[in-house]
Order: sequence, then structure tokens, then C-alpha cells
Amino acid sequence: MTTEASVYAHGLVKRFGELRAVDGIDLQVGQGEIFGVLGPNGAGKTTMLKMLATLLRIDAGQAQIFGVDVAREPHRVRQLVGVTGQYASVDEDLTATENLWLFGRLQGMRSAGARATASQLLAQFGLEEAASKPISQFSGGMRRRLDLAASLITRPPLIFLDEPTTGLDPRTRGQMWDTIRGLVADGCTILLTTQYLDEADQLADRIAVIDHGRKVAEGTPDELKTSVGNSTLQLELAQGADHDLAQQVVWRVVGREPVLTPESGRMNVPLETADAAADVLIGLRQAGVAITAVSVAKPTLDEVFLTLTGHDAGDADEPGETVRDEPFLEVR
Amino acid sequence: MSTITTSARGIRMRTPAVDPATAVARARPHVSLGETVSQTSSMAWRALKKMRRNPEQFFDVTLQPLLFTAMFAYIFGGAISGNVRSYLPLLIPGIVAQTVLTTCMSTGVQLREDMEKGVFDRFKALPIARIAPLAGPMMADLVRYLIAAGLTFVMGVIIGYRPGGGALGVLGAIVLAIFTGWAIAWIFTFIGTIARNARSVQGISMLILFPLTFLSNAFVPIRTLPSALADFVRVNPVSHLVSASRDLANLGVISGEVGWTLLAGLVVIAIFAPLSVYSYKRHL
Repeated sequence: MTTEASVYAHGLVKRFGELRAVDGIDLQVGQGEIFGVLGPNGAGKTTMLKMLATLLRIDAGQAQIFGVDVAREPHRVRQLVGVTGQYASVDEDLTATENLWLFGRLQGMRSAGARATASQLLAQFGLEEAASKPISQFSGGMRRRLDLAASLITRPPLIFLDEPTTGLDPRTRGQMWDTIRGLVADGCTILLTTQYLDEADQLADRIAVIDHGRKVAEGTPDELKTSVGNSTLQLELAQGADHDLAQQVVWRVVGREPVLTPESGRMNVPLETADAAADVLIGLRQAGVAITAVSVAKPTLDEVFLTLTGHDAGDADEPGETVRDEPFLEVR
Repeated sequence: MSTITTSARGIRMRTPAVDPATAVARARPHVSLGETVSQTSSMAWRALKKMRRNPEQFFDVTLQPLLFTAMFAYIFGGAISGNVRSYLPLLIPGIVAQTVLTTCMSTGVQLREDMEKGVFDRFKALPIARIAPLAGPMMADLVRYLIAAGLTFVMGVIIGYRPGGGALGVLGAIVLAIFTGWAIAWIFTFIGTIARNARSVQGISMLILFPLTFLSNAFVPIRTLPSALADFVRVNPVSHLVSASRDLANLGVISGEVGWTLLAGLVVIAIFAPLSVYSYKRHL
């Protein structure tokens, strides 16, 4: 057993013209881990994954997969990594069995062996009934599963999953999570990207948060959540209320800076527990700061982002919008 | 489908754990020649499967020989050779060359369309020879060249062509046409890897294809051409193919033109096969 990191990257850079899509990322993923790369659309997650999978040239920095240099020995790296992209990379004109058989043959399996592996994988992924159907009749979830199955044919020790559950319904999503956990139990290492905090939370042992091509934070899900508090108190101050005074009160009561949201007059207060919300409200009442709306919610990806980067996680076309799990006071 | 949870557990029971150290030790630095050949034939299998599922891909190679042979014979026959029948020995090898070349063009267009599909992402990520996804479909296209060349001769015979070279001569002409088609297809494969989309492949290919086929001796004798044009027509590889095919099909003779055709084909492959692979890799 080597002690080599499954993924080691140092100062990884990818430029597209003027844009530095990946701007000096360091990464170290241990063996048998599920490592989550969390970030909004366009943060550079997929670009980074593609560089590590030899699909994009590395402009600067270096990367190794189990100690094998990605730029110098791409062919060896391709034998160690299974890649499942954001869009199903299977052949639409072939059936599920034919797809898996082809990928097996291409990787040096004999015809009979490839056929056996194909039917075994289809059974494991609950696709045997659809084995000889054309892919065009597959649902989104079935395609993703077939795609993942196609990455597992030669049982690579490292698997890259690019947003494995984006666009899937919650039930199919849960199934995908179970499948991913099963792979790790098998000895695989997983590097996955996601836009969803809860997905990273559910699956990942460690998370790196990526924004504008840079790593802005790294840690276990718990560490990340603690950095933004376990829940958030969202306040809307009345017109004419003293913002500075409100900030001072918050600081005195919970010992943290409130985060001002883009909408004027609103502030988010990170809390260790939801109970502390009452203390803040009482503090504000005593200081005479008037409030028009109050809500308490679990921290969302947006808040993690807001706290870590000072800007919203959402797409550029949705400025300032915060999507919440629970709109109003949450009792925990 | 609750099977996923249980089957995920099933993976663990049935198969031994994945061991990175063994995988690293087993990973080889390069693709061997044998592997390249086997991967290319797997890719050819895929292309043939797709052809069978999309029979409309055979429209050009079946309709064009039938239509063009009859059309050109009856339109130009009287003007060029006095009558249709004496024009056919001149025309049929010309049509064979033209149809095979048109068929090559679709190789590039289809490659470009294919490259835009998701499955090519996987081909790129797999440890396979970079030439396999390019050469595979080209191998499958040999079937199309065979149909195109064969049907042209059949149509010729139907309207009165009697090849003096006999069956062997015709067979030789067909084989030569298929080889040349395969060689020239590398030009269009290269265009397929550099062009922005399938439509522009079509456009660029047309620009190359039309001068190549019409500025040759495929339809008219060289002596009728102005001298500057005649010089180009004489060095055009398509002219060599047409002359070689005429010698084979009409006279049953393997002339020096066969050698020139083979040489031209090999030169095209030597230049455009490496260029295509290089350009395909750069796309990554």
C-alpha cells in the first residue's frame, strides 16, 4: 500500500485568453476519501477536474495522480482515473450493453469478458431491464447511472464525478449518493464537484470551496459550517434604524460580525445555535433598534459564500437572491 | 428502484477491493501497436453499428452513382465522344473517382458531428490511442467506398458499358478507388478536426473537392483543355486515379498510373494522418 496522495495538485493554473479560469489551486486528496469541490457555476471546478483528468492542458503548476505526473504521463493517468462528466458521455446510437461492451473492448478486455462486465454492471446499477434499449429512451437518472457504470469498467482506483446529481430529482439523487458511498467502501477514492452544500455535507469527508478559480476555504463539512455558524438569523431593519448600533449589539451578544446583504437594511447574523436568535432580538429591543422582518434558517451555500468570499454564490443573473430551505423561524 | 442501495452493497460482496498500488504498477506508459489496431477496429465496429441504425447515411453512396452515371452519360456522351456508348469507357472510371471523393467528404463532416457529442469526452478520457477515434470511422467508411464504386460500374453496365479489362480489371479499379478514397479522407478528417462545426467542414470540403474532381480528366479528355489548366490536370492525383482505373477496367493493364496513384495516396496519408492526430489532441 502506497501512502501517495490519490490527487496532488500544486499551483494549478488554466488560462482562457485573459480569464484565469483556475488560478493557482493546491489540492491534496487522501486515499479512500470522498473529496468535494464546492463552488458556483463558472468557479473553475470543471476546468480543474478536466486538467486533472488530462482533458485540458495544465498551463502552470503541477498535478499528480497516485504519484504519476499528469502532464508527463497522461496515458498512465488515464488508466487510473474514471471520469463521469456533467453531461452523459455515452453513445446515443448504441444500447446500454453495446456502450459498456465498447468501452471494455477499447480498454483491452476480451469480447466475452467485456460482455460479462457489462451485464454485471447493468445489474448492479439497476439497468438490466433497459440493457438493450437505445439510450435516447433513458431518463436523466438512468443516463447518469449508465455513465457512472461506464467509468467503472476497469475498476479505476480514482473516480472523478462532475456534478453527479445536478438536474436529478431528490429520490434519484439519494440513490446516486448510495452508489457513491458503495464505491468508497470498495476502496475507491472519489473527487466530486457540486454546487450543493447539502450534497457535499452528505457525502464528502473534506470539502474545498472554489470561487473565481481560487480555493477560498478547505475543511470538513463541520468546520465549514461552523465558520458561518450553524444557523443564520436574518434581520430586516426598519427604515431609519441605526445600522452601526445594530452591528454593535450583534457583536456584543454573539461575538461575531453580522454580514450585510446586498439589499439595504438587511443583515445576516451567524449563530452557533438557533436559540441565540432570541438573545440578539432582545439585545436589539433593549437598544431601541426597530425591526420589520425576522427569519432563522440553516446556513446555505449562499451564506457560506457570502461569509467566505463577500459575494453571492448564485449565478450572475440572480443578483442578491438567497434561496432558503426554511423561510421562517425554524424550531430545532 | 430501491435496488440501488442493495446493489451498491452487492458490489462490495462480489468483487475484491480496488487497490491503487496494483493499478499504478499495472498502468503502462504507452499504447502498443497491437492495442492501437484493436482499438481502431472497436471504433470501426461502433461506426458500422451507427451506419446500420441510420440507413439514410447510405443515400449518397447509392443514389449518387446511379444518378450521376446516367445523367453525365446522356448529357455529355454525344458532345464529347459522339455517342453515349463510346463515352462510357471514358466516363465510368471518372464517375467512380468522383463518387468516392464525395463520399470521403462526408467522413470529415460526420467526424465533426461526432466530436461534438458527449461520448467523445469519454473517448478522450480513456487510455486509448489518439488515432483510434479518427481511424475507426474511416475503416468503416471503406464499406461506403465499396458500395459507391461497385454501384457505378453496375450502373455503367446497365446502360451499355462493357469493360474490356474484364471482372479482374474492374475489381482492380474498385480496389484502387477505395484505397485512394481512404487516403484522401485523411484530408477531410483533418478539416473535421480544425473546423468550427460540421457545416463549415462541409463548406471547406466543397472548396477542395470541386477543383479536385472537375479539374481532372474525369469527364473530358485533357487535350481539349487550355495549356495552363492541362498542366494542373496532369499533376492532379485524381487524374492519375482516373487514368489508372481506365487502364485497369478498359484494358486490364496495370500501368504506371497505378504507381503514381498509390504514391499520391501514401503522401496524403503521411501528411494528413499525423496532422489530424495532432489537431485532435490539441482539441483536448
